[in-house]
Amino acid sequence: MTDTVLSIRDVGKNFFGVTVLSNVSLDVGRGRVLGLVGQNGAGKSTLMNIVGGNLRSDTGSMEIDGAPYSPASAREAEHRGVAFIHQELNLFSNLSIAENIFISAMPRGPGGLVDRRELRRRTASLLAEVELDLSPDTLVERLSPGERQLVEVTKALQLDANIVIFDEPTTSLTPRETTKLFALIRRLREAGKAVIYISHILADIENLADDVAVLRDGRLVEFGVRADLPAARMINLMLGRDIDQLYPPHKSVAEPAVLLEARALSLRGVIKDVSFSLQRGEVLGFFGLMGAGRTELARILFGLDRFDQGELRINGQPMRNHSAEGAIRAGMAFITENRREEGLMMNASIAENIALASLTELSNLAGVIDGRTLVERAGDFATKLQIKSGAIGATPARSLSGGNQQKVVIAKWLMSRPVIFLLDEPTRGIDVAAKYEIYSIINDLAASGSSVIFISSEIEEVMAMADRILVMRQGEISGEFTRDQFRKEGILRAAFGEQEKVA
Amino acid sequence: MIRASLTGLLLRYTTALIFIAVLLYFGAQAPNFLGPESLANIVKQASFTGVIAIGMTFVLLTAGIDLSVGSNMYLSAMATSAILSNPAMQNAPGVTVAILAGLATGVVFGAVNAFCVVVLRITPFLVTLATMVVGRGLGTAFTESLGIEIPDIFAKFGSWSLFRAPDASMGNPALDYLVALSAALTALPTLTFALVVVCAYIVLSRTQFGRQIYAIGNDAEAARKAGINVDRVLFAAYVICGLGAAIGGVTLISLIGRLNQTFGVGREFNVITAAVLGGTSLFGGVGTALGAVVGSTLVQAVQSGMTFIKVNPYLQPMVMAAVIFMAIFIDALRTSRLEKLRRRMLRAD
Repeated sequence: MTDTVLSIRDVGKNFFGVTVLSNVSLDVGRGRVLGLVGQNGAGKSTLMNIVGGNLRSDTGSMEIDGAPYSPASAREAEHRGVAFIHQELNLFSNLSIAENIFISAMPRGPGGLVDRRELRRRTASLLAEVELDLSPDTLVERLSPGERQLVEVTKALQLDANIVIFDEPTTSLTPRETTKLFALIRRLREAGKAVIYISHILADIENLADDVAVLRDGRLVEFGVRADLPAARMINLMLGRDIDQLYPPHKSVAEPAVLLEARALSLRGVIKDVSFSLQRGEVLGFFGLMGAGRTELARILFGLDRFDQGELRINGQPMRNHSAEGAIRAGMAFITENRREEGLMMNASIAENIALASLTELSNLAGVIDGRTLVERAGDFATKLQIKSGAIGATPARSLSGGNQQKVVIAKWLMSRPVIFLLDEPTRGIDVAAKYEIYSIINDLAASGSSVIFISSEIEEVMAMADRILVMRQGEISGEFTRDQFRKEGILRAAFGEQEKVA
Repeated sequence: MIRASLTGLLLRYTTALIFIAVLLYFGAQAPNFLGPESLANIVKQASFTGVIAIGMTFVLLTAGIDLSVGSNMYLSAMATSAILSNPAMQNAPGVTVAILAGLATGVVFGAVNAFCVVVLRITPFLVTLATMVVGRGLGTAFTESLGIEIPDIFAKFGSWSLFRAPDASMGNPALDYLVALSAALTALPTLTFALVVVCAYIVLSRTQFGRQIYAIGNDAEAARKAGINVDRVLFAAYVICGLGAAIGGVTLISLIGRLNQTFGVGREFNVITAAVLGGTSLFGGVGTALGAVVGSTLVQAVQSGMTFIKVNPYLQPMVMAAVIFMAIFIDALRTSRLEKLRRRMLRAD
C-alpha cells in the first residue's frame, strides 16, 4: 500500500486470562475502505476498541501517519483523528440531535455560553450531508432506530476524522437508509479518509471494501485486496473450515394440536385484526419491514403490552391482559431483539443468567437457592448450546461475544422448559457459524414438540426455517404462505404492499 | 387518544396541581395561611431549601444523590460562626472572610464526596450517608454540642430587605400582599437564591458542561465513549452541591442568629423532596433549575401549613415523609407513563 494512515503492529490483548487478540498487524490506507470480517469473538471489536481508545492493548504498537499512537481514551483517539461508530448506539435520548453531535465540542459564544444558532447551523448542514430531514432540535428519543444510527454517523463526520470506523452500521437501517450510508462511505473514501468497515454481511463488504482483513480466534488469517477474496473464501477463512450450507435441512414436524390462537387482536395505533394459530411443533415465521408491528405483536402475545380488542388463547385458555409472569407460567418464552438491554444481566455470571427464569425450580422449600446445583444445571445447558466461555459460574456475561450472549439468552429460556418460543430477530448481528447453531436449536425445539414464532427481517432465513410464513405490514397481517407457496417475490410484495415496487 | 394525553398532562403538571391543592386545603383550615405575612414567609423560607435543592439538582441529574447536605450546611455555618465569634473579626473584612470560609468549607465537603465517588468509585448513596454522619460528628465534637451565638453585624443580613414592610396593615388587602411579597422577594436570602437560580439555569441549559451533566445522567457509559470527561463533570457536580449547601447554611444562620447542634438535621429530605417535586428524576438526566424553585416553595408551603393548622409536632415528620413518598412515587409513575405515551404509533387509527 502506498499511503498508509494507520498501521497496527503485533497488537495483542488478554481478557480474564483468555487471549482475545494476538499479534495482529494491519495497514489502513488513505482513501481506501478496509473490510474487517470474522466470526463473533474473533477479536474484531476488541481490535477496533483498541484503535478507538476504549481499550489498551497488552502488546504491540500503533502509528498514525508515522507518529506513535496509543490512545488512553476515546477522547484522545478523537484528537488524533479517529472516529468510531459503534454498533450499539451511544446517544443521549434526553438531548437534541444537535447536542448529541456536539456534546464534547459545542461552539461557544460570548461568556463561554453555547452558541445555539451556530450549533443549529452546523448540525443542519451535517444532517443534510447524510440526507436526514430532521430539525437539529429534535430530541433523540423521538427518532427511529435507523435515524439514530444515522445521527451516530453524523457525530463521526463532525469530528472531521481521517480514520472512520464503522462497526456493523446497517443492523437497524432500512434498505433505503443503507443505500444512503453506502453512498456516504464512498464520499468519505473519495475525500481521502481511511474507512474501516466491520460487518457480517459479506455482500456489503464485497460491495464496499478495497481491502479485506479476516480475523479468526484473535489472529489475522488473511489480509489482501478484495478482488482476491470472494465471499466464499472469506467464509472459509473465518471458519477455518469449509462450510457447505448456511441452513440445516428443513423437516416439518407440526402436529394439528393448536397451542396458541389469536383472533382479531387489535391495539389502537399498533396492530389491527391479527388472527392466526400456532400448532405444536410448528415454526411460524413472521416477516415484514421494520416497524411493521412484529415486535409489538410479540410483546402483546407475551403479556408485556395489553391489547384492546380480540381474543388470545394459549393452550385453549383465554388470556385477557395477562402479564409476562402469566405468559411464562403458561409455558411461553420471549427472546428479545435487544439482548444487551432486555435479555441479559451483563455483570452477572453466565450461570446466573441462564438460571434466571428457573429460580423457583432451583430453590429448596425455604426458598433458598443452592449455588452449586445452579451452576451444574446451567452448565448442562451451556454445554448443550456450545457456549464458549471460561468457568460459567465466574465469567460475567458481558465478556462474551454477541453470538454467545444470544445463546445464553436462549439457554435461559430452554432451562425453564417452555412450549412456545417467541424469537425476535434471534440471529441479528451474529456470525454465520453461530447462526447455523441457532437454526439447529430452533429445529430441535420444534422436534421436541415446542412451537416457535420466528420473527426475522432476513427473507432467506425465514424461508429456510419456517413451516409457514405470516407477513405483517402496518400492524396487519398482509399475507400468509405455506411452505409450498414460498416465493421471494410474493412474500416481499406482501411486506411492501402492492402499490410499491418490489426492491 | 384524548384520555392518554390527559394522563400525560396530569403527570406533567402534577406539581402545580399538588401546589393548588395544598394552598386550598391549608387555606380552608386556617385562612391566615393565605394571608400576606404567611405567603411572604413561605417565599423567604423556601429560599434556604431551594438554594440547596439547586445544588442537589446537579447531582441528581447525574443519577447520583447527596445525603450529606444537612451536615454540610451545619459545618459550613459553623466555620462562618466560629470566625465571627472572635471579636476581632466582627467588622466588614471579618464578615467577608467568615462568609468565604463558610463557602470554602462547603466546597471542600463537596470535594470529599466527589473524591469518594469519582476516584474511589464508591456508590454516592453510601459515600454521602457516611459523610453525613461524619460531618455531624465532627461539628458536634468541635462545638462540644454547644450552640454558637451569631453577632449582630452578621445576623442583621438575614432580615435585611430592599423593601421593608411596615408593621401595620395598609388598609387595602391588595396593597398588603404587594408590600409583604415585595419585601420577601427582595430579602437578602431570596435575592441570593434568585442569583443562584439564574446562574444554575444558565449553566445547565446554556453551557457545554451543563449539557454534559444531562448526557451523563442519561447514559454514563455512552458519555465516556462520546469523549466527555465524565470524572471531571461528576466531580464538579458534587462540589457544586456542596457549595449550594454552604450558601444555604450561611444564609440561614444569619436569619436564625444562632447555630445549634441540630442545625440542618433532616434538611436533605426536604431538599431531595423539593428537587423531585420540581420534576427532577432520581434516575438521572431529567430536571431543571426552575423545578427546584417550584419544589422548594411547595415543600415550604406544606411545612408552614402544618404549623398553621397546628399539626402535632411529633406527627409533622410523618406528613413530610408522606410528601416525600408521593414525590418519589410520582417520579416513578411519570417515568414509566411518559415512556408508554411516547410509544411509536405504527398505524394511524
